Amino acid sequence: MSSKFTEGVVAESKRSYIHKLASEGTRIDGRDFDEVRPIKIKTGFIQRADGSALVELGDTKVLVGVKIEPGEPFPDTPDMGIMTTNVELVPLASPTFEPGPPSEEAIELARVVDRGIRESHTIDMEKLVIEEGEKVWVVFIDMHVLDYHGNLFDACGIAALAALNNATVPAERFGFGDDFKLPIMHYPVPVTFAKIGEWIVADPNLDEESIASARLTVTTNEEEKVNAMQKGLFGTFTYEEVKKSINRSMSIGKQVRKIILGDENGKEN
Amino acid sequence: MDEKKVRDIVVPGEEIVAEGKPGRGVFYEGEKMYSMYLGIVDVRSGYVNVIPLSGCYIPKKGDKVIGKVIDLAPMNWVVDINAPYYAPLHVNDVPWRVGFGDTGRFLEIGDVILAKVSNVNEMGQVWITLKEQGLRKLEGGHLIHISPSKVPRVIGKGGSMIQLLKDSTNCRIYVGQNGTIWISGEPDGIVKVIKAIRMIEREAHTYGLTDRVKEFLERGDE
Amino acid sequence: MMGMKSDIRLIDDNGLRIDGRLPNQLRPIKMEVGVVKRADGSAYIEWGGNKIIAAVYGPREAYPKHVQESDRAIVRARYNMAAFSVDERKRPGPDRRSVELSKVISEALTSAIFVEKFPRTAIDVYIEVLQADAGTRVAGITVASLALADAGIPMRDLIVGCAAGKVDDVVVLDLNKEEDNFGQADVPMAILPRTGEIALLQMDGDLTYDELTNAMEMAMDAAKKIYNMEIETLKAKYGGDVNEQ
Repeated sequence: MSSKFTEGVVAESKRSYIHKLASEGTRIDGRDFDEVRPIKIKTGFIQRADGSALVELGDTKVLVGVKIEPGEPFPDTPDMGIMTTNVELVPLASPTFEPGPPSEEAIELARVVDRGIRESHTIDMEKLVIEEGEKVWVVFIDMHVLDYHGNLFDACGIAALAALNNATVPAERFGFGDDFKLPIMHYPVPVTFAKIGEWIVADPNLDEESIASARLTVTTNEEEKVNAMQKGLFGTFTYEEVKKSINRSMSIGKQVRKIILGDENGKEN
Repeated sequence: MDEKKVRDIVVPGEEIVAEGKPGRGVFYEGEKMYSMYLGIVDVRSGYVNVIPLSGCYIPKKGDKVIGKVIDLAPMNWVVDINAPYYAPLHVNDVPWRVGFGDTGRFLEIGDVILAKVSNVNEMGQVWITLKEQGLRKLEGGHLIHISPSKVPRVIGKGGSMIQLLKDSTNCRIYVGQNGTIWISGEPDGIVKVIKAIRMIEREAHTYGLTDRVKEFLERGDE
Repeated sequence: MMGMKSDIRLIDDNGLRIDGRLPNQLRPIKMEVGVVKRADGSAYIEWGGNKIIAAVYGPREAYPKHVQESDRAIVRARYNMAAFSVDERKRPGPDRRSVELSKVISEALTSAIFVEKFPRTAIDVYIEVLQADAGTRVAGITVASLALADAGIPMRDLIVGCAAGKVDDVVVLDLNKEEDNFGQADVPMAILPRTGEIALLQMDGDLTYDELTNAMEMAMDAAKKIYNMEIETLKAKYGGDVNEQ
C-alpha cells in the first residue's frame, strides 16, 4: 500500500521481518505495541511567533508556529474567535514530498489535527472577541514537517497543542490592551494506530507505516471524551479492533498529555 | 434446455450456493464461495461461474476484436480495443511490408480494424495481429458498442442469432469479442440491426430471446 | 460539527427529532442504477434531502503515467459539490473538505475492489452532490458502490455508508442538516456488510466511550437495511422477467 507518505515499493523482506516481529509481540525498534517513541518538546522555539513548539517524536520532527492577529468574525459566529490550521510537507523532510500546492495527504493531516482541537474546544473562542461582530482574534496554526519518519498525525497534534498552550495573544502590538495568555480549556491528544497483519501498533514508525494496511487516529481529551477519529489507507478494521483502539488511545493519550503539560512548566523532556 | 442453467442474479460479495468447482468470477473466503460481480450464476461442466452483466473487455488470446487506431509509432500502431489497456500492433504482425517510420501510410489514426489477440501476458498487456485470413481494415460501415459479456448472446448458439440478423437485413456484420460491432449495409438495415442488438443487450439474461428477436425483425418494430 | 450555538430544540418531549424521526430511524432512501448512459457504470441516490449521482469510468490506463501502480489499479474518487447544492452558493471546484473526503472515499472503495486484477489502470469514480442535506459522504459512498457494481468492477463486497451522532445529548442515527449544524457529534462510517469490516471511519465532536460505541452500533445496524436496498436496486435493473419460463 504505497502513498506519498511511503517510500514507494517496500522490500518484501522488510514486510515479512516486521510481521514476524509482530507475531512475537515486538517491533522493529524494540517497542511494545502501545509504546510511543520518545517525545521531546521545545516550546517558544520561534520568537517571532506568538506560540511555537518544536516536537520530536522519535526521529519525526515537526515545528508548529502560532500567529494571532485581529480579523473579522464569521457572520454566523460573531461572538467567537477563529482558528485555522495548515500543514506544509516541505520537500526537505522526505524524498517523497514534492513542492507545490498542498497534497491531499497534507490537507487530510491538517484537517484531522484541526478537528481534534476544534471539537474539544481547546481554545476558549468566546474569550477571543475584541468587538462582537466586528473584530475577533484569529489563531493561525501552521505546521511545518521538518523530518518525516512516520506518524505525522500524532507529531503534528502534539506540537499544535504544545504551541497553543505556550501562546500569548499579542494585544499590545495591535493596540487592544494588555497581552494575555491564549485561554486553553482542553487538551486533546491524537494517538495513531497502524494495522500490520493482524496486529495493531501505536505510533507507527516509517517502516511500519510503509507496510500498514490500515491506519486509525483517535483523539481524546483529558476527560476521556473522544473528539476526533480518522481511518485511512485501503485496509479495514473490525468493530472490536476499533473499540480496543479507542481504549488504548485514552490510556496512551494520558501519558502523552503529561509530557506535553510537563514541558509547560519549564522542563525540557 | 440441454444443460442446467441457473439464471440467478448475484451481487458482488453475495454467497453462491451451488455444487461445483470455483470457475470464473467467483472467489473463496474460508469455506464459502462468493460472487465478484453483479452477474448471473452459470453452472456448467462441474464449474460454478459468475458471468458479469456489465464491465469492460478482458482480452483473451485468440479473440477477434474490433479496434480503433489511436496513435502511430515508427514500428507499431496503438489500438484501442475497449480493454483496460491499449494494444500495440507491430509492423511484423501485419500482411504488408512496412518500412521504419512508414506506419502512417498503411493505417492512420481513426482507422478501424478487425484484429486477433495474439498474446496476453500476466500484466494484462495485449498484442494483436492482422496476419490471418479475414483480418483487415474495415472501410465504411457503422460501429456500436455493447457490453462484452453480452457478445455470446448477439452471436447466438452456433452463430444463429447473428445469421438471423444478417439474413433479415442484408447487412454485413462483424462482432468483436470486445463488444464492438461493425455493421455495413443499407441505412434501413443498419437501423434495424442496431435496434435488434439493443434489444438483445437489454434482454440478454432472459430465456426465449431468439424468438422475440425473430418476431421483431419480421414485424419491423418493437 | 459546525459548532454553531442555537436555542433550537432538536429532540422534543416525546423523544422525536425535528423531522419527526425516532433516534434510530433512517431518512427515506431511494436508489437507482444505470442513470448515466455514457459511463461504464452509474447510480443515483436520494437520501433525505440529498440528491447524489455517481459514475464510474474504467479500469482504463492511468494517466499521467507516474500515477500508475505496477501491481494494482488506482481508485480515484472525486467528491464534488455543485455550487447550487447548498443554501449559500459554494464556490465551484475542490476545497480542502472535498479533497479530504475524496481521499477517504477512494481508500474505502479500494478496500472492496479486486484492484490487483488491473495493474497500471485507474478506476475513476465521480460523485456529484447535486443537493446536500448532511451525510453526503456516506450517501456518496453508497451510491458509488452501486455504480461500481453496475460497471462490472470485481469486488469482494458492496459498500454501505451510514452515519450516527449526538444531538441534544441523545445518540441518533443519520443526522439531517439541522442536526449536523447544531448537533454535538457526527460519526460517518462505511461498512463492508458481508464481513462487517469498517472501511471508512471518521468522527468529530464530543462523545464518551459509551456514546461513541452506541453510535457506531446504531450506524452498523442501519447499514444492514441499506445493504438490502442496494441488493434490491441492483437486481431490479435486470429483474422482472429474469426467472420467467
